[in-house]
Amino acid sequence: MTNNSLSAIFAETADPRLATPGMNRATIFFLIVTVVGLSCGVLAFIFGHHTIYNNTREMPWGMLISTYAFWAITSTGLCMYAAMSHVFGGTRMKIISNRMVWMSIICIMGAFATIGVEIASPHRMLLYNIISPNPLSNIWWMGTLYGLAVGCMIIEFSGIVTGLAKLALIMGVFGALAEVLANSCLGGVFATLPARPYWYGAQLPIYFLTSAFLSGAAAAVLFNYLAYRIRDEKMSPSVHLAVKSAGKAMTLVLILYTVATFWRLVSFYVGGPELGRTAADALISGPLAFNFWVLEVCAGLAIPALLIILSRLENMRMLALAGFLILVGQFVARYNLVVAGQIVPQNLGWDNLPTHFSYVPSVFEFGVVAGSIGVVAFGFLIGERVFGKTFTQKEHH
Amino acid sequence: MNIEDLEKEINEGIDSLPLQERRKFLKMGLAVTGVFLGGSVLSLTSISHASNQKNADSDIPVEGQYPYPKHYGMIMRQNRCVGCELCVEACKQTNHVPNDHGAWRTAIQEKITTENNTEKREFRPVLCNQCNRPPCVRVCPTKATYKDPETGIVVMDYKKCIGCKTCMAACPYNARYFNEEKYAIDKCNFCIDTRLAEGKKETACAAACPARVRIFGDLKDKSTEIYRLLQTPDSKIWVLRPDTGALPNVFYMNG
Repeated sequence: MTNNSLSAIFAETADPRLATPGMNRATIFFLIVTVVGLSCGVLAFIFGHHTIYNNTREMPWGMLISTYAFWAITSTGLCMYAAMSHVFGGTRMKIISNRMVWMSIICIMGAFATIGVEIASPHRMLLYNIISPNPLSNIWWMGTLYGLAVGCMIIEFSGIVTGLAKLALIMGVFGALAEVLANSCLGGVFATLPARPYWYGAQLPIYFLTSAFLSGAAAAVLFNYLAYRIRDEKMSPSVHLAVKSAGKAMTLVLILYTVATFWRLVSFYVGGPELGRTAADALISGPLAFNFWVLEVCAGLAIPALLIILSRLENMRMLALAGFLILVGQFVARYNLVVAGQIVPQNLGWDNLPTHFSYVPSVFEFGVVAGSIGVVAFGFLIGERVFGKTFTQKEHH
Repeated sequence: MNIEDLEKEINEGIDSLPLQERRKFLKMGLAVTGVFLGGSVLSLTSISHASNQKNADSDIPVEGQYPYPKHYGMIMRQNRCVGCELCVEACKQTNHVPNDHGAWRTAIQEKITTENNTEKREFRPVLCNQCNRPPCVRVCPTKATYKDPETGIVVMDYKKCIGCKTCMAACPYNARYFNEEKYAIDKCNFCIDTRLAEGKKETACAAACPARVRIFGDLKDKSTEIYRLLQTPDSKIWVLRPDTGALPNVFYMNG
């Protein structure tokens, strides 16, 4: 493809209304956040992952794994809603589906950026994932399927931009399938570890999928609201209806997710291994109680439910706030899940160990998380600037 | 249906095409789901050749059911341990275990209880259990950790380790650590590349123990002490965390 034809495509897709000093400042700001944040992760390769991050032998996974899971789950959700609109058609969300495909790609980039600096030797992964694959490993399937998904979605998005609707449709289906199965394998990574009773069990992969539908809908509401906010423009009635549909999906899954969370915790208190119950204690009344009750339950589930009721799915500002809070709640929920699974010493009762280990993420871990948020915010703004017209056009096939 | 019959059909027009196309894609989607789902299900199965332990009522493997030509294991006579940690030191020396916090291949755990106003101290030696159904091996994406086909020992191929730490999360025994020198996960390997490679019959920890707590050997070899202790025990034998189904090859007894 020549430079000329590329410029012709971008001339078709770009939104010149966003070529404002304010937008430029915001884009540069998030680029700086990305670079500075991810530099914290790059330091791990210089000074050692074990010195930069606060993970230990007993708690090998921390906030970076939960952040990776959060972005990956959100990406799956966005991709699924977009694919459903494309494949089944007839849904009101079709009009915003191009933006959802883009944001799904961006969210998975946020996830990859995080995991890329979390894993000690990613260069070995590139080689040995291919020449020495373990088909019994959930991690292998998860990585491979997410890689496949992002490849499909990039081709899909190129198809959308260049008007190759059929290619976009086919790749959209493959991408969504790969995303769903990757998400399922991500749940499986935790769910198939009998050593960790707080994770082990058949519910977790479904829980992850439910979370994807919740985070995906919340992200769809929030990003569409922001897209019109940065243009200082009112949504068209059809976009308004589309976001309202996403809001409905968000409400329904919010209920399902709350039910799943409730029963998941109850199950630890009716029997089963002591390690699982002691881990659940960490959330209910232990070191994760503030995270759980205030951030995950109140800010992430109860207040959004209230906002949705008050908004009657009409007040977009309120709905977007609900979406934002749900995403914050989901971020904290992933953190709580990852930490609670390892917080109880496996040899509790020996070596005078505390009931719960203490884990506080390091400044560098917070830096990487900020960097991943930078990736997503930067990607969102660039997307609106470069592909804005593609996101707002009514039909693309 | 042949082409002539098709020609007689009434043209349905292009309006209905997108729906058919969608159906086609859905069918294709289902087929693809099947393929991926097959893979996902595969990823949940255990390692068949390593789970050949059918003695459901006991933690001790039954004769004729050892999957490896030499099936190495260890039995700890726990109440003999005095916590001198000579085993820990010998292991560090032999296997070049780094000195930094959190790096050990074997350790002695201690429990202090009070009975009738008397303080009771109990020691428990721990190391990798070289499981027959090792959770760490199943989860490794690059086969960087695997069961040695000759001995059943769980070993590392450091150059393949990506450092995802899933094996550390999966291990029920906290037996794995990050080796900063190798920049890979490391673990006890029953001295396979050090003492066993030199033809010695014991691991460094077993050889160093003054109280003969640790008895190491081939579980299949009838002439070994571990065989006698396991098959004709004087007292109860147990394993750690049997509930995880990992089928460990490190056993515990008092005696």
